[in-house]
Amino acid sequence: MSDVKVEAVELAPVDKLVTKQLPAAEIVGESPLHHADLISVAEHGPQEGGVHFHERKLMGLLTLRCLPSAEQQEVIKALLGVALPMQPLTSVTADDSPIGKVSVRWVSPDEWLIIVAGEQAFELETRFFEQLTGHYSLVNISGGTTIFDVSGRHVVDMLKKSTPVDLHGSEFPVGKVVSTVFAKSGAMICRVAEDQFELVVRRSFADYLWLWIQDASREYGLVVHH
Amino acid sequence: MTQDLSKQSNRLLEGGRIDRAKPLTFTYNGKQYKGFEGDTLASALLANGVDIVGRSFKYSRPRGIVAAGAEEPNAIMQIGSTEATQIPNVRATQQSLYAGLVASSTNGWPNVDMDLMGLVGKVGGKMMPPGFYYKTFMYPKSMWETYESYIRKAAGLGRAPKENDPDIYDKMNQHCDLLIVGAGPAGLMAALTAARAGARVIIADEQNEFGGSLLSSKETLNGKPAAEWVKDVVQELSGFDDVLMLPNSQVNGYHDHNFLTIQQHCTDQFADRAPNGQIAQRLHRVRAKWVILATGAHERPLVYGNNDIPGCMVANAVSTYINRYGVAPGKDLVLMTSNDNAYRAALDWHDAGRRVVAIVDSRKNPKGTFVEAARERGISILVGSGVIEAHGNKRVTGVSIAPLNDAGDAVVGPIVKMAADTVATSGGWSPVIHLSCHTGSRPVWNDDILGFTPGKTYQKQLTAGAINGAFATKEALSEGASAALDALSNLGLAKSDIELPETEAIVEGKAMALFHLPHTKPTSKAPKQFVDYQNDVTAAGIELACREGFESIEHVKRYTAMGFGTDQGKLGNINGMAIAAKMLKQTIPQTGTTIFRPNYTPVTFGAIAGRDCGELFDPKRYTAMHAWHVERGAKFEDVGQWKRAWYYPKGNETMQEALNRECLATRESVGILDASTLGKIDIQGKDAREFLGRVYTNAWAKLPVGKCRYGLMCGEDGMVFDDGVTSCLAENHFLMTTTTGGAARVLSWLEIYHQTEWPELEVYFTSVTDHWSTMTISGPNSRKLLEKLTDYDVSKENMAFMDWKPMTVAGVPARVFRISFTGELSFEINVQANYGMHVWKALFEQGEEFNLTPYGTETMHILRAEKGFIIAGQDTDGSVHPFDLGMSWAVSMQKPFSFIGKRGMQREDCVRADRKQLVGLKTLDPNVVLPEGAQGVLDPKAPIPMPMVGHVTSSYWSANLKRSVAMGFVKGGLDKMGEKVFYPLADGRVIEAEICSPVFLDPKGERQHV
Amino acid sequence: MFHIYCPYCCEYREEEEFHVAGQAHIARPLDPDACTDKEWGEFMYFRANPRGIHHELWVHGAGCRKYFNVTRDTQTYEIKEVYKVGEKPSVVADQAK
Repeated sequence: MSDVKVEAVELAPVDKLVTKQLPAAEIVGESPLHHADLISVAEHGPQEGGVHFHERKLMGLLTLRCLPSAEQQEVIKALLGVALPMQPLTSVTADDSPIGKVSVRWVSPDEWLIIVAGEQAFELETRFFEQLTGHYSLVNISGGTTIFDVSGRHVVDMLKKSTPVDLHGSEFPVGKVVSTVFAKSGAMICRVAEDQFELVVRRSFADYLWLWIQDASREYGLVVHH
Repeated sequence: MTQDLSKQSNRLLEGGRIDRAKPLTFTYNGKQYKGFEGDTLASALLANGVDIVGRSFKYSRPRGIVAAGAEEPNAIMQIGSTEATQIPNVRATQQSLYAGLVASSTNGWPNVDMDLMGLVGKVGGKMMPPGFYYKTFMYPKSMWETYESYIRKAAGLGRAPKENDPDIYDKMNQHCDLLIVGAGPAGLMAALTAARAGARVIIADEQNEFGGSLLSSKETLNGKPAAEWVKDVVQELSGFDDVLMLPNSQVNGYHDHNFLTIQQHCTDQFADRAPNGQIAQRLHRVRAKWVILATGAHERPLVYGNNDIPGCMVANAVSTYINRYGVAPGKDLVLMTSNDNAYRAALDWHDAGRRVVAIVDSRKNPKGTFVEAARERGISILVGSGVIEAHGNKRVTGVSIAPLNDAGDAVVGPIVKMAADTVATSGGWSPVIHLSCHTGSRPVWNDDILGFTPGKTYQKQLTAGAINGAFATKEALSEGASAALDALSNLGLAKSDIELPETEAIVEGKAMALFHLPHTKPTSKAPKQFVDYQNDVTAAGIELACREGFESIEHVKRYTAMGFGTDQGKLGNINGMAIAAKMLKQTIPQTGTTIFRPNYTPVTFGAIAGRDCGELFDPKRYTAMHAWHVERGAKFEDVGQWKRAWYYPKGNETMQEALNRECLATRESVGILDASTLGKIDIQGKDAREFLGRVYTNAWAKLPVGKCRYGLMCGEDGMVFDDGVTSCLAENHFLMTTTTGGAARVLSWLEIYHQTEWPELEVYFTSVTDHWSTMTISGPNSRKLLEKLTDYDVSKENMAFMDWKPMTVAGVPARVFRISFTGELSFEINVQANYGMHVWKALFEQGEEFNLTPYGTETMHILRAEKGFIIAGQDTDGSVHPFDLGMSWAVSMQKPFSFIGKRGMQREDCVRADRKQLVGLKTLDPNVVLPEGAQGVLDPKAPIPMPMVGHVTSSYWSANLKRSVAMGFVKGGLDKMGEKVFYPLADGRVIEAEICSPVFLDPKGERQHV
Repeated sequence: MFHIYCPYCCEYREEEEFHVAGQAHIARPLDPDACTDKEWGEFMYFRANPRGIHHELWVHGAGCRKYFNVTRDTQTYEIKEVYKVGEKPSVVADQAK
């Protein structure tokens, strides 16, 4: 085997290990809902309904763990193009950061989820390890996670069947993010627009959650987009 | 059987909130009847003159409809036109009528009109005194099943469907500022007040329309019929985005911290089966910042002789059937009351054109608005008197009336008999305090209203209206508004402009405390005076319980079964307490309080289950290669929520044949396992090593970058709970693996110690279980296979056993770990999970020449057992420490920090010489496979019970060794090598085995080092 | 079903997001090897079971995954306060009486 010539990687004496994880572009990754063939569903399924579904697949997702000092915050801001959201349950996005479009979501006082384009994850990891010093960890979780984009006029009704969190606009404004129970699994839910949410879910649960969402949306009509 | 379907003999010619243009046909006990849209099943049955709706539990007496709401004890129906849509335990008073409804009475065998058990009841009434459960049915035990089926049939508990319910039931989480329970005058007024202030409001009511008592009242509000005010308020409320109105919705449970459950009937008030795509019932799980209970009150019937004959009703139900449903449930009414309020039943009866035989009032000198109205109509009022007995069999034919003393507890004059077919009674009103009790609040007795009202609560709960004893509409409206204003103030919301509607001036005289009417005979000899209709508890039964020494009302209830029916004694409990109190010569509050538990009315299993059934019952977790396993015909095994390939049968192979093939192929050439489910935790930080040293039993300080090490994790008690390999990725960067089932627990374990004990250690843990697809190629040809897919030098010299290396496999960047759970040369290839399938398939493309064989968890178990490798959770059970496992090599007692488990495993009991220790077990007959779990003994001839020395934990047929292999615990086993242990089995066989090293294959470990 | 204020997420969440992790303030002895068997047994197994004020360790498992302390009345199920690991409770049994 060897259509792609790869140089042998050797372990250098480094503090932490960053390795490239994506192959060359001709090898296409399979997202957690690959088997569901959402392309056909989108094409042949209903085109109208109260809930819309779209898998934002193969994105770059990174978990940052850190209790950032002022200095670290400055470095991180330079790396991401946006300041870390320090307020609990908030998120920030930027379209024109040094690594392109980025969304940074608060998870806990020492944890954030960073979402970038899939091919940017390694680049961002590399820059972090080159430029950010002190105690922190940055972990690429792109393969273990996917994003469900759900929207529509009945999206809140569907979500109310699935999560115990209060989704009323007064309690859950656009930009708010929570990690919570979703069906019998979990999800990180971010309101990205009035009638649009992103659910960050774990790969192994994706099929179950997809089934759940189909079921919970049935009475409103579900439209799948590709 | 033919009959005139249009005949509704008790239907009034006009009135009611029914739609006479929409007649509906329904079936009750196999006969067809007609009712109208807007009817309940109960009102339709009464309209058709159906008197008997069931037979009583103990005495099998005929029973009729008593009430008009949730408190109904008798009309308990089985609903459903098909087997799959059967619903038991439905109160006819709460079931809306729909076309095609099929109902049957659930108690009454062989039928309600002619009941064989009636004979038993009549002859054997005395044979079933209170406590009969305990006295009669306890012995003999072997008869219990017979008794149970007999009781169930007779007790009217209904039956579950035998087919799957096709309907969808679901749940919805709700949040609000204010949940208002009950949409009568108090609830509606509260909702309006809160809604206008901009609060998020949910208002729920069990009935199909909002309005509560106002729907059956002839009162006016603002000079218009009350129902018009209701209509206006509902109209206004429906205009608020933040108001959720839930009719047909029973608030059934009030739980801690203002969490309430509401069962909403979405379609089963108009259809047997939900129309396609619609939800039949929805359970709302509500978290309310504040709650207003405006649940109203239930009228108490009076206790008198034969008060259960069909035709005996509570007074308010009579009014409701007339005013709301246009049904007069009889011709000639006698009203028996201790208060003014109930006079309305006689007024309504009279105004409906039926004859009021008499109003019998226990008070000497009643006066008030309704009393005057009765006198104006020329209705005869017998004061200072009581109905002491009803006459009749299947329907009331008359009553005995007698003058009473001032206390109302003795007959003081001659009896007068009067003919009547309906007896309405009222002993006053009992506030519906049930929900307020659910969180542990004990109700308090209120002498002014002769009832219990809600007591001190720790919930953010307010109450308004009849639940507080504010029975008059004017007071209820006012309390509703002020409760809402209190809630708004508590919520920090601005008050709204609100005006109370004008009400009629009504004066009511003082009610008399009357619960149990006297008879000329002592209670024990008088005709049965029923307290709890559903459980056939009589006044005599309660008195007997008191005489037998039961003093606490909680004990009396358990002994007599009062309040233990599906109605939880809504009508009877207070009468029963009053009778017990009198017997015990104390007050009702001294006798105790009565507490109600969730749920307020029976809830369907469907609503409780919601969508947590079928495919959605529990999450199924899949690896990135799952579709391949399915295509290859794998059988799956549940490991936690994971679906793991168990084995891959080919053609007609049996499981054992498939396992033999998989085992041989792996040891002879190369096999492959999807190991993606193993827990994986990324650990970073300068104190990562130190942390590992504290949570694992062995040493980590010197593990070089690029190396892997096996570790055992113990609890503080020293007992093993998980194990796995952890690899050093970089100086301050590790990858820990855990068992598949232990992943979440291990991550929590690391976090709790880091957060609560050692926060000063600079280390972070992040789960990467799902991020990496893990495929293990194992066997002598695994290196050759890997070489075909990578340019990296994977030779022994460059990549030794327990090394890990980054490389590219099949074009995908990978981390490859040379670790082995089979004892063979093995490579564990990890790639980002989106590329797992690509690499897996590439391995098979290249693996054909080596007969690359996929194997599942069962072959993995066999191969590791041949090598004596443990599985945490199979060979450990929380009571074994590393030394018990013979794994002292994995414990470093010299580490400076006292690692988790070190102190525990040195306790006195843990260092006993005769602890059970894990050893290999070689059966004398190599073809016999020990059953896992079999208990070993040293002397199979010892008398029973034989001293047991330990059980078999792992046991398999080894195709490679052509014999069975097993591991198990034996007391002091590590010092018993070569000795015999015996396994007597349930089938009489005794299997003999020799204690040996658990390493059956390649004891020097040469194969994995090649 | 408790409604629990997470001191890290700074809002109330439903009980199903949390897990209780036992009695709070059970510190691991600093020198386990110096403990007698009895002392170690006390640390491992013996817990208070009060009627009234009780301090418990909870974790916001489905949320921020942080452990924190809850002071709860075991009779009324009221949560009197929540406070972070390392902090002292302000509501204690004697005060409440």
